[in-house]
Amino acid sequence: MSLDVAAVKAEFPLLGREVHGTPIVYLDSGATSQKPRAVLDAMDHYYETINANVHRGAYHIAELATTASEDARRSVARFIGATDEHEVVFTKNATEAINLVAHSWGRTNLAAGDVVLLSLLEHHANIVPWHQLAAERGIEVRWIPLTDDGCLDLGDLDRLLEGVKLVAVTAVSNVTGAIPPVRQLANAAHAVGALCLVDGSQYVPHLATDVAELGCDFLAFTGHKMCGPTGIGVLWGRHELLDAMPPFLGGGEMILDVRQDGFTPNEVPWRFEAGTPPIAEMIGIGAAVDYLEGLGMDAVRRHEVSLTDYALSTLGDRFGDDLLIHGPSDTTHRGGILSMCLREIHAHDLSQVLDQHGVCVRAGHHCAKPLMRELGVTSTSRASLYLYNDESDIDALGDALDAAARFFDF
Amino acid sequence: MPGLEDLYREVILDHYRNPRNRGELETPPALMAEGFNPLCGDEVKVYVELEGDRITDVRIGGQGCSISQSSASMMTTAVKGRTVDEARGTLRSFKQMMSIHEHGLEGEDVPPDDPAGSSGLGDLEALRGVVKFPVRIKCATLGWNTFDQALDQDQDPDQALS
Repeated sequence: MSLDVAAVKAEFPLLGREVHGTPIVYLDSGATSQKPRAVLDAMDHYYETINANVHRGAYHIAELATTASEDARRSVARFIGATDEHEVVFTKNATEAINLVAHSWGRTNLAAGDVVLLSLLEHHANIVPWHQLAAERGIEVRWIPLTDDGCLDLGDLDRLLEGVKLVAVTAVSNVTGAIPPVRQLANAAHAVGALCLVDGSQYVPHLATDVAELGCDFLAFTGHKMCGPTGIGVLWGRHELLDAMPPFLGGGEMILDVRQDGFTPNEVPWRFEAGTPPIAEMIGIGAAVDYLEGLGMDAVRRHEVSLTDYALSTLGDRFGDDLLIHGPSDTTHRGGILSMCLREIHAHDLSQVLDQHGVCVRAGHHCAKPLMRELGVTSTSRASLYLYNDESDIDALGDALDAAARFFDF
Repeated sequence: MPGLEDLYREVILDHYRNPRNRGELETPPALMAEGFNPLCGDEVKVYVELEGDRITDVRIGGQGCSISQSSASMMTTAVKGRTVDEARGTLRSFKQMMSIHEHGLEGEDVPPDDPAGSSGLGDLEALRGVVKFPVRIKCATLGWNTFDQALDQDQDPDQALS
Protein backbone atom coordinates (compact mmCIF):
# COMPACT_ATOMS: atom_id res chain seq x y z
CA MET A 1 0.00 0.00 0.00
CA SER A 2 1.46 3.35 -0.94
CA LEU A 3 0.59 6.73 0.47
CA ASP A 4 -1.91 8.98 -1.35
CA VAL A 5 -0.11 12.17 -0.40
CA ALA A 6 -2.66 14.53 -1.92
CA ALA A 7 -5.38 12.91 0.20
CA VAL A 8 -3.12 12.98 3.28
CA LYS A 9 -2.32 16.67 2.76
CA ALA A 10 -6.01 17.49 2.55
CA GLU A 11 -6.47 16.03 6.07
CA PHE A 12 -4.24 18.76 7.58
CA PRO A 13 -6.16 22.06 7.74
CA LEU A 14 -3.08 24.22 8.33
CA LEU A 15 -1.44 23.04 5.12
CA GLY A 16 -4.19 24.83 3.21
CA ARG A 17 -3.11 28.27 4.38
CA GLU A 18 -0.88 30.82 2.73
CA VAL A 19 2.02 32.82 4.17
CA HIS A 20 3.26 36.04 2.58
CA GLY A 21 0.72 35.50 -0.21
CA THR A 22 2.06 32.11 -1.25
CA PRO A 23 0.94 28.58 -0.29
CA ILE A 24 2.76 27.32 2.78
CA VAL A 25 5.54 24.77 2.25
CA TYR A 26 5.93 23.19 5.67
CA LEU A 27 9.33 21.52 6.06
CA ASP A 28 9.81 21.71 9.83
CA SER A 29 8.12 18.54 11.06
CA GLY A 30 11.29 17.62 12.96
CA ALA A 31 10.44 20.56 15.23
CA THR A 32 6.72 19.84 15.32
CA SER A 33 4.34 18.16 12.92
CA GLN A 34 1.05 19.55 11.71
CA LYS A 35 -2.16 17.98 13.03
CA PRO A 36 -4.76 16.08 11.02
CA ARG A 37 -8.47 16.76 11.32
CA ALA A 38 -8.95 13.45 13.17
CA VAL A 39 -6.75 14.60 16.06
CA LEU A 40 -8.29 18.07 16.27
CA ASP A 41 -11.79 16.55 16.20
CA ALA A 42 -10.99 14.00 18.91
CA MET A 43 -9.75 16.74 21.25
CA ASP A 44 -12.72 19.00 20.48
CA HIS A 45 -15.05 16.07 21.05
CA TYR A 46 -13.55 15.50 24.49
CA TYR A 47 -13.98 19.13 25.57
CA GLU A 48 -17.41 19.49 24.00
CA THR A 49 -18.98 16.25 25.22
CA ILE A 50 -17.07 14.38 27.97
CA ASN A 51 -14.85 16.92 29.74
CA ALA A 52 -14.38 15.68 33.32
CA ASN A 53 -11.45 14.77 35.53
CA VAL A 54 -10.25 11.18 35.25
CA HIS A 55 -10.00 8.42 37.88
CA ARG A 56 -12.14 10.46 40.28
CA GLY A 57 -15.83 11.04 39.56
CA ALA A 58 -18.30 8.15 39.56
CA TYR A 59 -20.62 10.01 37.21
CA HIS A 60 -21.20 9.16 33.55
CA ILE A 61 -19.01 11.66 31.73
CA ALA A 62 -16.14 11.12 34.21
CA GLU A 63 -16.24 7.44 33.33
CA LEU A 64 -16.29 8.28 29.63
CA ALA A 65 -13.28 10.61 30.05
CA THR A 66 -11.38 7.99 32.04
CA THR A 67 -12.13 5.31 29.45
CA ALA A 68 -11.15 7.59 26.55
CA SER A 69 -7.82 8.55 28.11
CA GLU A 70 -6.95 4.97 29.09
CA ASP A 71 -7.98 3.80 25.60
CA ALA A 72 -5.35 6.21 24.33
CA ARG A 73 -2.74 4.51 26.50
CA ARG A 74 -3.75 1.19 24.93
CA SER A 75 -3.49 2.66 21.42
CA VAL A 76 0.00 4.02 22.11
CA ALA A 77 1.13 0.69 23.58
CA ARG A 78 -0.14 -1.15 20.49
CA PHE A 79 1.56 1.42 18.22
CA ILE A 80 5.01 0.69 19.70
CA GLY A 81 4.49 -3.05 20.07
CA ALA A 82 4.29 -3.00 23.87
CA THR A 83 2.37 -6.01 25.16
CA ASP A 84 1.54 -4.36 28.49
CA GLU A 85 -0.23 -0.99 28.30
CA HIS A 86 0.87 -0.26 31.86
CA GLU A 87 4.38 0.13 30.53
CA VAL A 88 3.25 3.38 28.85
CA VAL A 89 3.79 6.41 31.11
CA PHE A 90 2.41 9.73 29.89
CA THR A 91 4.72 12.70 30.40
CA LYS A 92 4.79 16.29 29.18
CA ASN A 93 7.17 15.50 26.32
CA ALA A 94 10.22 13.38 25.50
CA THR A 95 12.43 15.70 27.55
CA GLU A 96 10.40 14.99 30.67
CA ALA A 97 10.42 11.26 29.88
CA ILE A 98 14.24 11.22 29.84
CA ASN A 99 14.38 13.38 32.96
CA LEU A 100 12.05 10.90 34.65
CA VAL A 101 14.54 8.10 34.00
CA ALA A 102 17.49 10.24 35.10
CA HIS A 103 15.83 11.37 38.32
CA SER A 104 14.04 8.17 39.30
CA TRP A 105 16.11 5.30 37.92
CA GLY A 106 19.35 7.28 37.81
CA ARG A 107 19.29 8.50 41.39
CA THR A 108 18.40 5.03 42.62
CA ASN A 109 20.90 3.06 40.58
CA LEU A 110 23.85 5.30 39.71
CA ALA A 111 26.73 6.17 42.02
CA ALA A 112 30.00 8.06 41.67
CA GLY A 113 32.16 6.57 38.94
CA ASP A 114 29.30 4.85 37.09
CA VAL A 115 29.23 5.69 33.41
CA VAL A 116 26.36 6.82 31.18
CA LEU A 117 27.34 6.34 27.54
CA LEU A 118 25.82 8.81 25.06
CA SER A 119 26.37 9.28 21.36
CA LEU A 120 27.56 12.53 19.82
CA LEU A 121 24.26 12.64 17.89
CA GLU A 122 22.22 13.43 20.99
CA HIS A 123 19.74 16.25 21.45
CA HIS A 124 20.31 18.38 24.56
CA ALA A 125 17.30 16.58 26.12
CA ASN A 126 19.40 13.42 26.28
CA ILE A 127 22.55 15.21 27.45
CA VAL A 128 21.70 17.78 30.10
CA PRO A 129 19.87 15.42 32.53
CA TRP A 130 23.01 13.24 32.58
CA HIS A 131 25.28 16.28 33.05
CA GLN A 132 23.05 17.22 35.98
CA LEU A 133 23.48 13.75 37.48
CA ALA A 134 27.21 14.00 36.90
CA ALA A 135 27.31 17.25 38.87
CA GLU A 136 25.10 15.81 41.62
CA ARG A 137 26.40 12.24 41.85
CA GLY A 138 29.81 12.24 40.22
CA ILE A 139 28.79 9.87 37.45
CA GLU A 140 30.81 10.00 34.24
CA VAL A 141 29.25 11.00 30.90
CA ARG A 142 31.09 9.29 28.04
CA TRP A 143 30.61 9.75 24.30
CA ILE A 144 30.45 7.44 21.30
CA PRO A 145 32.35 9.28 18.54
CA LEU A 146 31.27 9.76 14.93
CA THR A 147 32.60 8.58 11.60
CA ASP A 148 33.34 11.08 8.84
CA ASP A 149 29.88 10.64 7.32
CA GLY A 150 28.13 11.36 10.62
CA CYS A 151 27.34 7.79 11.73
CA LEU A 152 28.39 6.29 15.06
CA ASP A 153 31.95 4.97 15.18
CA LEU A 154 31.55 1.70 17.07
CA GLY A 155 35.10 0.48 16.42
CA ASP A 156 36.07 0.96 20.04
CA LEU A 157 32.72 0.02 21.57
CA ASP A 158 34.05 -2.68 23.93
CA ARG A 159 36.42 -0.24 25.62
CA LEU A 160 33.76 2.50 25.68
CA LEU A 161 31.41 0.13 27.54
CA GLU A 162 33.73 -0.36 30.52
CA GLY A 163 31.95 0.74 33.70
CA VAL A 164 28.79 1.66 31.78
CA LYS A 165 25.42 1.34 33.55
CA LEU A 166 23.28 2.98 30.89
CA VAL A 167 23.61 3.48 27.15
CA ALA A 168 21.36 6.38 26.14
CA VAL A 169 21.12 7.02 22.40
CA THR A 170 18.88 8.61 19.82
CA ALA A 171 17.32 6.35 17.20
CA VAL A 172 17.40 9.11 14.54
CA SER A 173 19.61 12.20 14.66
CA ASN A 174 17.51 15.36 14.57
CA VAL A 175 20.36 17.11 12.74
CA THR A 176 21.73 14.65 10.19
CA GLY A 177 18.93 12.08 10.05
CA ALA A 178 21.47 9.32 10.77
CA ILE A 179 19.87 6.12 12.09
CA PRO A 180 22.28 4.38 14.50
CA PRO A 181 22.17 0.60 15.03
CA VAL A 182 20.07 0.76 18.20
CA ARG A 183 19.54 -3.00 18.44
CA GLN A 184 23.30 -3.61 18.34
CA LEU A 185 23.87 -0.98 21.03
CA ALA A 186 21.12 -2.40 23.24
CA ASN A 187 22.58 -5.90 22.94
CA ALA A 188 26.06 -4.58 23.72
CA ALA A 189 24.71 -2.73 26.76
CA HIS A 190 22.96 -5.84 28.05
CA ALA A 191 26.10 -7.90 27.54
CA VAL A 192 27.88 -5.76 30.15
CA GLY A 193 24.88 -5.63 32.48
CA ALA A 194 23.86 -2.12 31.46
CA LEU A 195 20.46 -0.82 30.39
CA CYS A 196 19.61 0.97 27.15
CA LEU A 197 17.46 4.09 26.81
CA VAL A 198 16.41 5.17 23.33
CA ASP A 199 15.35 8.71 22.43
CA GLY A 200 12.71 7.93 19.83
CA SER A 201 11.55 11.50 19.23
CA GLN A 202 12.54 11.46 15.56
CA TYR A 203 12.02 7.71 15.10
CA VAL A 204 8.57 6.76 16.42
CA PRO A 205 6.77 9.34 14.21
CA HIS A 206 8.45 8.02 11.06
CA LEU A 207 9.28 4.30 11.31
CA ALA A 208 7.22 1.32 12.41
CA THR A 209 8.26 0.85 16.04
CA ASP A 210 8.45 -2.36 18.03
CA VAL A 211 10.10 -2.06 21.42
CA ALA A 212 10.98 -5.77 21.39
CA GLU A 213 12.78 -5.36 18.05
CA LEU A 214 14.60 -2.24 19.24
CA GLY A 215 15.70 -4.29 22.24
CA CYS A 216 15.84 -1.27 24.54
CA ASP A 217 14.71 -0.95 28.17
CA PHE A 218 13.33 2.58 27.96
CA LEU A 219 11.91 4.49 24.99
CA ALA A 220 11.10 8.20 25.12
CA PHE A 221 9.11 10.08 22.49
CA THR A 222 6.76 13.01 22.12
CA GLY A 223 3.25 13.45 20.74
CA HIS A 224 3.56 16.69 18.84
CA LYS A 225 6.12 15.39 16.34
CA MET A 226 3.77 12.53 15.34
CA CYS A 227 0.56 14.36 14.40
CA GLY A 228 -0.51 14.69 18.05
CA PRO A 229 -0.79 17.74 20.30
CA THR A 230 1.94 19.44 22.33
CA GLY A 231 2.06 18.79 26.07
CA ILE A 232 2.05 15.00 25.85
CA GLY A 233 4.99 12.65 25.69
CA VAL A 234 5.62 9.02 26.46
CA LEU A 235 8.08 7.02 28.49
CA TRP A 236 7.84 3.34 27.73
CA GLY A 237 9.80 1.12 30.11
CA ARG A 238 9.98 -2.58 30.88
CA HIS A 239 7.43 -3.25 33.60
CA GLU A 240 9.82 -4.70 36.17
CA LEU A 241 12.10 -1.66 35.81
CA LEU A 242 9.28 0.87 36.19
CA ASP A 243 7.90 -1.13 39.10
CA ALA A 244 11.19 -0.83 40.99
CA MET A 245 11.51 2.92 40.37
CA PRO A 246 10.44 5.54 42.94
CA PRO A 247 8.04 8.32 41.93
CA PHE A 248 9.48 11.36 40.13
CA LEU A 249 6.87 14.03 40.99
CA GLY A 250 4.63 13.83 44.03
CA GLY A 251 0.94 14.75 44.35
CA GLY A 252 -2.50 13.46 43.50
CA GLU A 253 -3.05 10.44 41.25
CA MET A 254 0.39 8.98 41.99
CA ILE A 255 -0.52 7.61 45.46
CA LEU A 256 -2.38 4.66 46.93
CA ASP A 257 -2.43 6.16 50.40
CA VAL A 258 -1.24 9.31 52.19
CA ARG A 259 -0.85 9.44 55.96
CA GLN A 260 0.53 11.96 58.44
CA ASP A 261 3.78 10.05 58.44
CA GLY A 262 4.17 9.28 54.77
CA PHE A 263 2.62 7.87 51.61
CA THR A 264 2.33 4.69 49.57
CA PRO A 265 2.90 5.19 45.85
CA ASN A 266 0.41 4.03 43.23
CA GLU A 267 0.96 1.24 40.72
CA VAL A 268 2.73 1.97 37.46
CA PRO A 269 2.12 3.85 35.25
CA TRP A 270 0.03 6.22 37.46
CA ARG A 271 2.86 6.37 40.01
CA PHE A 272 4.65 8.60 37.51
CA GLU A 273 1.65 10.72 36.54
CA ALA A 274 1.19 13.10 39.47
CA GLY A 275 -1.66 15.58 39.31
CA THR A 276 -4.46 15.89 36.78
CA PRO A 277 -3.00 14.57 33.54
CA PRO A 278 -3.29 16.31 30.15
CA ILE A 279 -6.52 14.45 29.34
CA ALA A 280 -7.32 16.07 26.01
CA GLU A 281 -3.73 15.56 24.94
CA MET A 282 -3.82 11.88 25.89
CA ILE A 283 -6.92 11.54 23.72
CA GLY A 284 -5.10 13.55 21.03
CA ILE A 285 -2.03 11.31 20.94
CA GLY A 286 -4.34 8.28 20.91
CA ALA A 287 -6.12 9.69 17.85
CA ALA A 288 -2.74 10.47 16.26
CA VAL A 289 -1.42 6.91 16.52
CA ASP A 290 -4.77 5.55 15.29
CA TYR A 291 -4.48 7.91 12.30
CA LEU A 292 -0.89 6.83 11.56
CA GLU A 293 -1.77 3.16 11.95
CA GLY A 294 -4.62 3.64 9.49
CA LEU A 295 -2.14 4.87 6.88
CA GLY A 296 0.42 2.21 7.78
CA MET A 297 3.85 3.14 9.16
CA ASP A 298 5.60 1.05 6.51
CA ALA A 299 3.91 3.17 3.84
CA VAL A 300 4.90 6.35 5.70
CA ARG A 301 8.54 5.22 5.84
CA ARG A 302 8.63 4.17 2.17
CA HIS A 303 7.23 7.56 1.18
CA GLU A 304 9.81 9.43 3.26
CA VAL A 305 12.73 7.38 1.95
CA SER A 306 11.66 8.01 -1.63
CA LEU A 307 11.14 11.74 -0.96
CA THR A 308 14.53 12.01 0.77
CA ASP A 309 16.16 10.31 -2.24
CA TYR A 310 14.38 12.79 -4.51
CA ALA A 311 15.55 15.73 -2.38
CA LEU A 312 19.19 14.60 -2.19
CA SER A 313 19.39 13.95 -5.92
CA THR A 314 17.49 17.01 -7.23
CA LEU A 315 19.06 19.50 -4.82
CA GLY A 316 22.45 17.93 -5.50
CA ASP A 317 21.91 18.38 -9.26
CA ARG A 318 20.72 21.98 -8.89
CA PHE A 319 23.34 23.29 -6.48
CA GLY A 320 26.30 20.92 -6.66
CA ASP A 321 29.04 21.78 -4.20
CA ASP A 322 27.33 25.08 -3.28
CA LEU A 323 24.86 23.18 -1.11
CA LEU A 324 26.27 21.03 1.68
CA ILE A 325 23.75 18.58 3.11
CA HIS A 326 25.07 16.88 6.24
CA GLY A 327 24.49 13.22 7.03
CA PRO A 328 24.66 9.80 5.42
CA SER A 329 23.87 9.50 1.70
CA ASP A 330 22.35 6.03 2.09
CA THR A 331 18.69 6.79 2.78
CA THR A 332 18.04 3.29 4.14
CA HIS A 333 19.98 4.45 7.21
CA ARG A 334 18.65 7.97 7.28
CA GLY A 335 15.47 9.77 8.26
CA GLY A 336 13.93 12.56 6.19
CA ILE A 337 16.09 15.29 7.71
CA LEU A 338 18.20 17.61 5.57
CA SER A 339 20.58 19.94 7.41
CA MET A 340 21.81 22.37 4.80
CA CYS A 341 24.49 25.01 4.37
CA LEU A 342 24.28 27.06 1.15
CA ARG A 343 27.77 28.40 0.52
CA GLU A 344 28.63 30.96 3.18
CA ILE A 345 25.07 32.16 3.79
CA HIS A 346 24.27 32.03 7.48
CA ALA A 347 21.40 29.70 8.41
CA HIS A 348 19.40 32.55 9.89
CA ASP A 349 19.70 34.62 6.73
CA LEU A 350 18.91 31.63 4.53
CA SER A 351 15.80 30.72 6.51
CA GLN A 352 14.64 34.33 6.38
CA VAL A 353 14.69 34.31 2.58
CA LEU A 354 13.04 30.88 2.46
CA ASP A 355 10.26 32.22 4.68
CA GLN A 356 9.53 34.94 2.16
CA HIS A 357 8.77 32.13 -0.27
CA GLY A 358 6.47 30.39 2.20
CA VAL A 359 9.08 27.72 3.00
CA CYS A 360 9.27 26.89 6.72
CA VAL A 361 12.60 25.41 7.87
CA ARG A 362 14.43 25.48 11.18
CA ALA A 363 17.60 27.54 11.52
CA GLY A 364 20.10 27.14 14.32
CA HIS A 365 21.92 24.48 16.31
CA HIS A 366 18.86 22.22 16.70
CA CYS A 367 19.57 21.74 20.43
CA ALA A 368 22.51 19.50 19.56
CA LYS A 369 25.55 21.69 20.17
CA PRO A 370 28.08 18.88 20.81
CA LEU A 371 27.16 17.43 17.39
CA MET A 372 27.31 20.85 15.72
CA ARG A 373 30.84 21.30 17.08
CA GLU A 374 31.79 17.92 15.60
CA LEU A 375 30.35 19.01 12.25
CA GLY A 376 32.33 22.25 12.52
CA VAL A 377 29.31 24.54 12.13
CA THR A 378 27.42 26.80 14.54
CA SER A 379 24.14 26.52 12.69
CA THR A 380 22.40 24.91 9.74
CA SER A 381 19.07 25.33 7.99
CA ARG A 382 17.14 22.12 8.47
CA ALA A 383 14.34 20.86 6.26
CA SER A 384 12.54 17.88 7.80
CA LEU A 385 10.02 15.83 5.85
CA TYR A 386 6.86 14.04 6.84
CA LEU A 387 4.00 12.07 5.39
CA TYR A 388 2.25 15.14 3.95
CA ASN A 389 5.24 16.45 1.99
CA ASP A 390 5.63 15.73 -1.70
CA GLU A 391 8.01 16.46 -4.56
CA SER A 392 6.45 19.88 -5.16
CA ASP A 393 7.57 20.88 -1.64
CA ILE A 394 11.15 19.87 -2.47
CA ASP A 395 10.96 21.79 -5.75
CA ALA A 396 9.67 24.86 -3.88
CA LEU A 397 12.58 24.51 -1.44
CA GLY A 398 14.98 24.39 -4.37
CA ASP A 399 13.43 27.51 -5.94
CA ALA A 400 13.66 29.36 -2.62
CA LEU A 401 17.31 28.31 -2.15
CA ASP A 402 17.96 29.63 -5.64
CA ALA A 403 16.35 32.95 -4.71
CA ALA A 404 18.47 33.14 -1.54
CA ALA A 405 21.67 32.53 -3.51
CA ARG A 406 20.71 35.34 -5.89
CA PHE A 407 19.68 37.69 -3.06
CA PHE A 408 23.02 37.35 -1.35
CA ASP A 409 24.80 37.83 -4.67
CA PHE A 410 26.45 34.47 -5.08
CA MET B 1 3.83 42.65 4.94
CA PRO B 2 7.49 43.45 5.62
CA GLY B 3 9.75 42.42 2.77
CA LEU B 4 13.38 41.38 2.67
CA GLU B 5 14.40 44.88 1.64
CA ASP B 6 13.10 46.12 5.01
CA LEU B 7 15.59 43.86 6.72
CA TYR B 8 18.58 43.69 4.41
CA ARG B 9 19.38 47.33 3.64
CA GLU B 10 22.39 47.93 1.43
CA VAL B 11 24.43 49.39 4.28
CA ILE B 12 23.77 46.25 6.34
CA LEU B 13 24.93 43.97 3.55
CA ASP B 14 27.98 46.20 3.09
CA HIS B 15 28.97 45.86 6.75
CA TYR B 16 28.32 42.11 6.53
CA ARG B 17 30.56 41.64 3.50
CA ASN B 18 33.21 44.10 4.71
CA PRO B 19 33.06 44.03 8.51
CA ARG B 20 34.89 46.89 10.23
CA ASN B 21 37.20 46.37 13.19
CA ARG B 22 37.29 42.56 13.03
CA GLY B 23 39.94 40.91 15.15
CA GLU B 24 41.23 40.66 18.69
CA LEU B 25 43.03 42.83 21.23
CA GLU B 26 45.39 41.65 23.92
CA THR B 27 43.63 41.07 27.25
CA PRO B 28 44.60 42.72 29.50
CA PRO B 29 44.92 45.61 28.97
CA ALA B 30 41.82 45.29 26.77
CA LEU B 31 38.47 44.20 28.22
CA MET B 32 36.74 41.24 26.63
CA ALA B 33 33.29 39.69 26.88
CA GLU B 34 31.74 36.75 25.06
CA GLY B 35 28.09 36.66 24.03
CA PHE B 36 25.89 33.80 22.83
CA ASN B 37 22.60 33.70 21.02
CA PRO B 38 21.11 30.45 22.32
CA LEU B 39 18.56 30.43 19.51
CA CYS B 40 20.97 30.10 16.64
CA GLY B 41 24.32 29.29 18.26
CA ASP B 42 25.96 32.55 17.23
CA GLU B 43 28.97 33.53 19.30
CA VAL B 44 30.56 36.95 19.46
CA LYS B 45 33.60 38.30 21.28
CA VAL B 46 33.91 42.02 21.89
CA TYR B 47 37.26 43.56 22.82
CA VAL B 48 37.38 47.10 24.21
CA GLU B 49 40.49 49.19 24.87
CA LEU B 50 40.10 52.15 27.19
CA GLU B 51 42.33 55.10 27.94
CA GLY B 52 40.75 56.77 30.94
CA ASP B 53 37.10 56.90 30.02
CA ARG B 54 37.73 57.04 26.27
CA ILE B 55 37.26 54.02 24.01
CA THR B 56 40.41 53.93 21.92
CA ASP B 57 39.78 50.63 20.14
CA VAL B 58 37.04 48.02 19.69
CA ARG B 59 37.37 44.68 17.93
CA ILE B 60 34.85 41.98 17.09
CA GLY B 61 35.51 38.24 16.92
CA GLY B 62 33.26 35.22 16.51
CA GLN B 63 30.67 34.39 13.92
CA GLY B 64 27.08 35.11 13.16
CA CYS B 65 24.40 36.02 10.66
CA SER B 66 24.38 39.16 8.53
CA ILE B 67 22.27 41.05 11.05
CA SER B 68 24.42 40.27 14.10
CA GLN B 69 27.68 40.78 12.22
CA SER B 70 26.69 44.04 10.54
CA SER B 71 25.15 45.41 13.73
CA ALA B 72 28.37 44.68 15.63
CA SER B 73 30.43 46.19 12.83
CA MET B 74 28.36 49.38 12.80
CA MET B 75 28.58 49.50 16.57
CA THR B 76 32.37 49.57 16.46
CA THR B 77 32.38 52.57 14.14
CA ALA B 78 29.78 54.31 16.32
CA VAL B 79 31.60 53.92 19.65
CA LYS B 80 35.28 54.01 18.74
CA GLY B 81 36.83 57.27 19.93
CA ARG B 82 33.84 58.06 22.16
CA THR B 83 33.75 58.23 25.94
CA VAL B 84 32.16 55.37 27.85
CA ASP B 85 29.19 57.59 28.74
CA GLU B 86 28.66 58.59 25.11
CA ALA B 87 28.88 54.95 24.03
CA ARG B 88 26.39 53.90 26.68
CA GLY B 89 24.04 56.65 25.43
CA THR B 90 24.26 55.26 21.90
CA LEU B 91 23.67 51.79 23.32
CA ARG B 92 20.51 53.00 25.04
CA SER B 93 19.24 54.72 21.87
CA PHE B 94 19.94 51.62 19.82
CA LYS B 95 18.20 49.28 22.24
CA GLN B 96 15.24 51.64 22.35
CA MET B 97 15.03 51.43 18.56
CA MET B 98 15.10 47.62 18.88
CA SER B 99 12.29 47.62 21.43
CA ILE B 100 9.15 46.01 20.08
CA HIS B 101 6.78 47.40 22.70
CA GLU B 102 4.78 49.62 20.35
CA HIS B 103 5.18 47.46 17.32
CA GLY B 104 2.74 44.83 16.16
CA LEU B 105 4.28 41.39 16.39
CA GLU B 106 2.63 40.44 13.12
CA GLY B 107 4.77 43.14 11.54
CA GLU B 108 1.75 44.91 10.06
CA ASP B 109 1.55 47.77 12.49
CA VAL B 110 4.99 49.26 12.35
CA PRO B 111 5.52 53.03 12.34
CA PRO B 112 7.29 54.61 9.36
CA ASP B 113 11.06 54.96 9.49
CA ASP B 114 12.38 58.06 11.21
CA PRO B 115 14.17 60.51 8.96
CA ALA B 116 17.79 59.41 8.81
CA GLY B 117 19.76 60.51 11.78
CA SER B 118 16.88 61.82 13.88
CA SER B 119 17.91 59.57 16.76
CA GLY B 120 21.58 60.37 16.30
CA LEU B 121 22.26 56.80 15.26
CA GLY B 122 23.36 57.53 11.69
CA ASP B 123 23.97 54.37 9.67
CA LEU B 124 22.55 52.33 12.53
CA GLU B 125 19.12 53.58 11.48
CA ALA B 126 19.34 50.99 8.73
CA LEU B 127 18.73 48.35 11.38
CA ARG B 128 15.34 49.82 12.28
CA GLY B 129 13.63 47.34 9.96
CA VAL B 130 14.76 44.48 12.19
CA VAL B 131 11.89 45.17 14.62
CA LYS B 132 9.53 43.97 11.91
CA PHE B 133 11.20 40.56 12.28
CA PRO B 134 11.06 40.01 16.05
CA VAL B 135 13.07 36.77 15.96
CA ARG B 136 16.01 38.73 14.57
CA ILE B 137 16.10 41.42 17.27
CA LYS B 138 18.37 39.21 19.39
CA CYS B 139 20.74 38.99 16.43
CA ALA B 140 20.92 42.78 16.17
CA THR B 141 21.46 43.33 19.89
CA LEU B 142 23.96 40.50 20.51
CA GLY B 143 27.10 42.56 19.85
CA TRP B 144 25.74 45.53 21.83
CA ASN B 145 24.85 43.51 24.90
CA THR B 146 28.26 41.87 24.78
CA PHE B 147 29.92 45.29 24.44
CA ASP B 148 27.94 46.39 27.51
CA GLN B 149 29.22 43.36 29.44
CA ALA B 150 32.79 44.13 28.40
CA LEU B 151 32.42 47.69 29.73
CA ASP B 152 30.99 46.31 32.99
CA GLN B 153 34.25 44.48 33.56
CA ASP B 154 35.91 47.85 34.06
CA GLN B 155 34.84 47.76 37.72
CA ASP B 156 38.27 47.10 39.16
CA PRO B 157 38.45 49.18 42.38
CA ASP B 158 42.00 50.38 41.59
CA GLN B 159 40.88 51.66 38.21
CA ALA B 160 37.75 53.21 39.67
CA LEU B 161 39.87 55.23 42.09
CA SER B 162 42.35 56.42 39.52
